Amino acid sequence: MSAQPPSGSAGALPAEPGRAPSAEPGREAPAANRILREIFSGGAVVTVLAVVLALLIAGVLIAATDSGVQAAFGYFFAQPGDSFLAIGNAVGGAYSSLFQGSIYNFMRPGFLNGIKPLTETLTFATPLIVAGLGVALAFRVGMFNIGGRGQILIAAAVAGWISWSFPMPFFIHALVATIGAIVGGALWGGIAGLLKARTGAHEVIVTIMLNYVAFYLISFMLRTPGALQSAGSNNPKSPAALPTAVYPKLSDLITLFGGGPTTFRVNAGFIIAILATIFVWYIVNRSSLGFRFRAVGENPRAARVAGINVNMVYILAMVLSGGLVGLAGADQVLGSTPSGFSSGVDAGIGFDAITVALLGRSRPWGVFFSGLLFGALKAGSYTMQASEQIPIDIVLVVQSVIVLLIAAPPLVRTVFHLPKPGIQPRTRRTAGVVTK
Amino acid sequence: MKLQLRGITKRFGALVANDHIDLTVGSGEIHALLGENGAGKSTLMNVLYGMYPADEGEVLLDDVIQHFTGPGDAMSAGIGMVHQHFMLIPVFTVAENVILGHEPTRAGGRLDLAAARAKVREISSRFGFDVDPDAVVEDLPVGVQQRVEIIKALSRDAKVLIFDEPTAVLTPQETDELMGIMRQLKAAGTSIVFITHKLREVREVADRITVIRLGKVVGDAPPTASNAELASMMVGRAVELMIEKDPERPGAEALVVEDLSVIDHNDQYVVSHVSFSVRAGEVLVIAGVQGNGQTELTEAIMGLQPRIEGKISLNGHELSGRSTHGVLDAGVGFVPEDRNEDGLIAEFTIAENLMLDRSSSAPFVRAGSLQLGVLQEFAEQKLTEFDIRAQGIDSLVGQLSGGNQQKVVLARELSRELRLLVAAQPTRGLDVGSIEFVHTRIIQARDAGIPVVVVSTELDEVVALADRIAVMFRGGIVGIVPGDTSRETLGLMMAGEVPAEAAA
Repeated sequence: MSAQPPSGSAGALPAEPGRAPSAEPGREAPAANRILREIFSGGAVVTVLAVVLALLIAGVLIAATDSGVQAAFGYFFAQPGDSFLAIGNAVGGAYSSLFQGSIYNFMRPGFLNGIKPLTETLTFATPLIVAGLGVALAFRVGMFNIGGRGQILIAAAVAGWISWSFPMPFFIHALVATIGAIVGGALWGGIAGLLKARTGAHEVIVTIMLNYVAFYLISFMLRTPGALQSAGSNNPKSPAALPTAVYPKLSDLITLFGGGPTTFRVNAGFIIAILATIFVWYIVNRSSLGFRFRAVGENPRAARVAGINVNMVYILAMVLSGGLVGLAGADQVLGSTPSGFSSGVDAGIGFDAITVALLGRSRPWGVFFSGLLFGALKAGSYTMQASEQIPIDIVLVVQSVIVLLIAAPPLVRTVFHLPKPGIQPRTRRTAGVVTK
Repeated sequence: MKLQLRGITKRFGALVANDHIDLTVGSGEIHALLGENGAGKSTLMNVLYGMYPADEGEVLLDDVIQHFTGPGDAMSAGIGMVHQHFMLIPVFTVAENVILGHEPTRAGGRLDLAAARAKVREISSRFGFDVDPDAVVEDLPVGVQQRVEIIKALSRDAKVLIFDEPTAVLTPQETDELMGIMRQLKAAGTSIVFITHKLREVREVADRITVIRLGKVVGDAPPTASNAELASMMVGRAVELMIEKDPERPGAEALVVEDLSVIDHNDQYVVSHVSFSVRAGEVLVIAGVQGNGQTELTEAIMGLQPRIEGKISLNGHELSGRSTHGVLDAGVGFVPEDRNEDGLIAEFTIAENLMLDRSSSAPFVRAGSLQLGVLQEFAEQKLTEFDIRAQGIDSLVGQLSGGNQQKVVLARELSRELRLLVAAQPTRGLDVGSIEFVHTRIIQARDAGIPVVVVSTELDEVVALADRIAVMFRGGIVGIVPGDTSRETLGLMMAGEVPAEAAA
């Protein structure tokens, strides 16, 4: 990126006269593109195996840290059976409580009570899905949007401000606040796109720095009466959203159909997440804009030669990416916690979204399901801690190991003896393979 | 040293890359291995060099069966290889590169660079190479880098040298020099295996020729065989080497370039004050040694160069100052020099690549949505029309052979309503059959009344296509001459001299 002319042109650098240019690999195509391609060429099988492997490794950790297992290993040679029993208890208990906390709890009476954990999963998954879609969209254009945190913070601030300052009718209020969040996130992401297009500044650095700018800006405003701080309060916390702006809970609909007095936290934000997934699928796979996005993501040089305005694509991609991430901010302040927010409102979603996008291999529906998986891990981890005294950190380890394995497809392929998939090396003569 | 290959068979899965190949190279003989891309030449040499184990067959040196388990074994048995893509470390000096892997050391493990330098000098002077042992490799021209590869092989006492497509990266002059070196090596008793798909070179230097097609030896030929005979053996059918073309019927001046200069990011003029014009229905070939500003000139026409001076106009409309999109919209078709980097997206399907430069308007896009049905129909049609050999329109372009990739580029560019066609090195790296196809298509475009600009470094291609020839040297045009100008004159002009006849 460094040796670009100021206009950000991606052209071939002219060779010195009288000297044949050597075939320098990837002068313009950034290494990032190659790495992303390597990750996303891993295939669905690798993704699933990575999750399985991560759960196995976590099982080992759970067993090793379990006090029962440790005690049983104290007399392993006297009664080895006890050790295996203890391991079985620890791991089985952990994963069954994970299941109970995230999908269905058979202990509870009635289907609606039993299914409640699944609705918790959906609640946790919602912001991960929308933010993951945003990050994935940037990935498809060959860019790393590490600025999810800043985009969520700005979006949350805009949505929150609209939600408590401007009384509006039900539904319209929520809609306007959501659009405000999209615009906020889009602007914050767009800055990085604009700087990349105009000056060649790398989006990773810019977005990371913008995270700090947003964080301290929002922190400051939350401490400033008249800005975002709740009136009459000394805490750095915003006012609550007006009820008209809050996303309705989906269980209210169930109650309408006579389902009984259940209260699920899952709200209309999840519907938005589904719509956003369809939207991103359309953009990426069916729109001319998405075609240009993918072209630039795969080969910016060829895209430029084909008359595609690469710089405009960078800007638009970051705007769209930021807007989608901004939806996660809206979900935080209008959906899951409408009672006012602090500067920790992003709750790490901006970074988890990167993981979700990677696990989903940047495919819209892949992101949707990996968002669900991460939502389930989050929801289940609380039950795991409460019922089995397994630290929540174990779930974080699972998440991290998944990322590690996803980012290293060759490792997973080696572990499971999978063949190397994808495109053959693009050599014309050296491989000696008959190509006709 | 006499080299013999007996019944070498190498399979990759279901694919038989080498099928019972027999080959004998006598001592002090230059044996050319001729075949199209993908015929199995490189596989065979990699078997010989110990890179791949053969599934069947054996390698004999002076009638002794060899068992190579790696290139190290082959090297110590006296086989050296000059790879097509040089295996040199760019930031090392010549001497350091030559000793790489078997460094001479003095007491305490200190490198004995003096010995290395002496060795380089000794070999250089023996063959008149003129290589400075202390020069850093990346500063050397490609031709000299290749000599370093040769020195590297000779420094290990190679008696059999394999040249894998050595001329692909060389200029015509460097190619001639390489031929001379090969003759010298032969005179010194070295056996040479010369892998290529270029007929002229083979006939010039080889003692014997073996032709390989689809992994099998199809026959031997003496160097006196005609180009047409060799080409038909290679391709398996009669091939038109010089495409037949009618005399041009040029119309009005279409592309006019006036006093064009291109300035690079180092403020250097890579194209300086160039003026020429191309008439409708005429092929202007821009000839010249690679790197004399031809690439930048075509990029300037396409709106891909940020800093240009002067004026480019097409049919009276100004092109200079337009974006690439604007230039394409003006009806300019462009076949870029490097199809892998600039012309195609390897991870896209054939269909997607066919709509690459029409990604924002009808017929493939309506109201912002891709028209996949239209695209599919179009792609199916072009697959047949341009004889693109692939599983289907959803095959990834990266999996196609070079010839088929270029057909995809041509299919895309020639399927629009063109007012100008710019083709930069349209046959680089292609085999004979594909070259014939590409040339025919370019002449067809010309005969349809389209002005055509072709950039080429290959004299064969220049002569085959040109109605007029503009020769470039160091960013300027040396002269514009008729298409039937002799090769000698063109060669002189490519070196920057202006012959009397051209100056007139």
